[in-house]
Amino acid sequence: MQKLEIIKSRFIPLKIENVDTDQIIPARFLKATTKEGFGKNLFRDWRYENNDETKPRKDFVLNNSTYSGEILVAEKNFGCGSSREHAAWALKDYGFHAVVSSFFADIFKNNALNNGVLPVQVSEPFLQKIFQQGPDSELTIDLGNQKIRIDGTGEEESFDISAYKKTCLLNGYNDIDFLISIKNDIEIFESKKHSENSKSYQLV
Amino acid sequence: MGKTLFEKIWEDHIVKQIEEGPSVLYIDKHFIHEVTSPQAFTGLNNRGIKLFRPRQTVATADHNVPTLHQELPIKEELSRLQVEALKKNCAEHGVELYGLGHPYQGIVHVIGPELGITQPGMTIVCGDSHTSTHGAFGTIAFGIGTSEVEMVMTTQCLLQSKPKLMRININGELNNAVVSKDIILYIISKISASGATGYFVEYAGSAIRSLSMEARMTICNMSIEMGARGGMIAPDETTFNYIKGRRFAPQGEEWEKKLAYWKTLYSDADATFDREININAAEIEPMITYGTNPGMGIPVTGHIPSFSEIDDKERASFEKALRYMGLEAGVNIKGKKVDYVFIGSCTNSRIEDLRMVASFVKGKKKAAGVEVWVVPGSHQVEMQAREEGIDKIFEDAGFMLRQSGCSACLGMNEDKIPAGKYCISTSNRNFEGRQGAGARTLLASPLTAAAAAITGMVTDVRELFN
Repeated sequence: MQKLEIIKSRFIPLKIENVDTDQIIPARFLKATTKEGFGKNLFRDWRYENNDETKPRKDFVLNNSTYSGEILVAEKNFGCGSSREHAAWALKDYGFHAVVSSFFADIFKNNALNNGVLPVQVSEPFLQKIFQQGPDSELTIDLGNQKIRIDGTGEEESFDISAYKKTCLLNGYNDIDFLISIKNDIEIFESKKHSENSKSYQLV
Repeated sequence: MGKTLFEKIWEDHIVKQIEEGPSVLYIDKHFIHEVTSPQAFTGLNNRGIKLFRPRQTVATADHNVPTLHQELPIKEELSRLQVEALKKNCAEHGVELYGLGHPYQGIVHVIGPELGITQPGMTIVCGDSHTSTHGAFGTIAFGIGTSEVEMVMTTQCLLQSKPKLMRININGELNNAVVSKDIILYIISKISASGATGYFVEYAGSAIRSLSMEARMTICNMSIEMGARGGMIAPDETTFNYIKGRRFAPQGEEWEKKLAYWKTLYSDADATFDREININAAEIEPMITYGTNPGMGIPVTGHIPSFSEIDDKERASFEKALRYMGLEAGVNIKGKKVDYVFIGSCTNSRIEDLRMVASFVKGKKKAAGVEVWVVPGSHQVEMQAREEGIDKIFEDAGFMLRQSGCSACLGMNEDKIPAGKYCISTSNRNFEGRQGAGARTLLASPLTAAAAAITGMVTDVRELFN
């Protein structure tokens, strides 16, 4: 996985709450067997009239050339609903490296982290401050120091991330490599679980 | 201090605790399906390794399959390729596949319990958010993404942080015609579509104890719709009786051993929860949703909130939802015309759901202009329905009994609701476009859906009881 340290970029404001993963990538686009190419269908039904790529919806922010950047800023409860990791793949493929919101759904948060897309949870007032910034304003997300800053005003806030996940992202490690590295422990656990003394004897 | 049901199972599955980090959680059973597994298999193949514990892995094809003429090749090429990829991957990695044409094929969350694979005390995962369904048996069961599917395929483990714990107690007698779908829609309408984010929920209380296993599954199934990682119910005699004798249920001496363990699985009297909610069962009426998230639910006899009843902060979402749904604030939902009725999905497609609908519609006819699809959750459910003559009742009523699959729950396979049409659906999500681009979904119980099929509009099913 690519290392992630500092993201400094303009942002795209998506002032919608409860953005579910069916909106991020509708189910009819989940038929692929690879992880590539989902970006073109990101927010498909909000982006185009009647599913027609020649008719972008003018009122949708991704179609507004005033806004650009590697950071998506959305209202609370981003990524709720289906567990489809395709949502994280679509955001990444489109070019987002971070999503900022006041609240993330659990499964989406894990999926994003597993793909090097950083979910940055900020307070509701700070989120609204970001939304008040103009299209040329930049944000700086400093993963090492766990800070997000509005560059224009200098206002900043700390954000939480587990120490383990932070190390993974800073170094480009992934969970699978880690789990493979402790396979011996896993096999010992299994043999204990299969033993007669285990109360959940042979549950597997 | 006592332990919760969740803690008892969780602690029994911790392989290792990472300092200042997540736990390495051992997974007993891994269900896979065609949509969220191919990229994980590719990951394994790229590393040149085989799936670690194929005997703890079960596969089915459900999301992307047609529900008519399953004996024919799947028409749509990408869907067919995805289902074929699952077949190839399962063969290469030694995983049992209950694919199309197999007598055990069905929706992953229907077949696990039906075959007795789902058992109390287990950890169960699947690349599908409705994995929470299995929690009805007193398991820790939750949905995961494809990277996590790959982790389980590789090591039978996941890295997980312990969630906060919530208990929802529902005590008292349920009203006439109120079924488990109404209970969970009511809960979500009270605590919102994000009210349980970060929590694992245990459902308890006399109203929950009174429910059958299939009814309990409906409740746990929709835990994710309030943001919860999962939901669970302590196993009891109802649970044990349901499992006994099923295809993969333990037998003989092994049954006795497991039963003794299962009986230890409950939250101790002095166990504590991070949050506890009490609900009086008598408050609950038949429910329906009017909006575009499952938290936007009201009694069928109620009205869509008026603007004065909506918090200022929620106003924009509320307006957006009503615009999409083509509905007005403040008006009664009863009498709203519907175009489609979908009875199916991992929420409500089990034999009891079909029996409930059949006993209600027997001798009645669907309204003209309404299309009614009944999609069994598994091939076994379909066969059982035919054996009981339920298919004839549906045929006489003008309902179409199809073959098993996820069908119109998610707008992925051939079964989609056309743009602008209203569908009263027993599924779990009413998101924009969930049942097809532009489709408008009203979530309800199988009884309320069946009532709408008969009258052609949103109806209080109690008015149709003889």
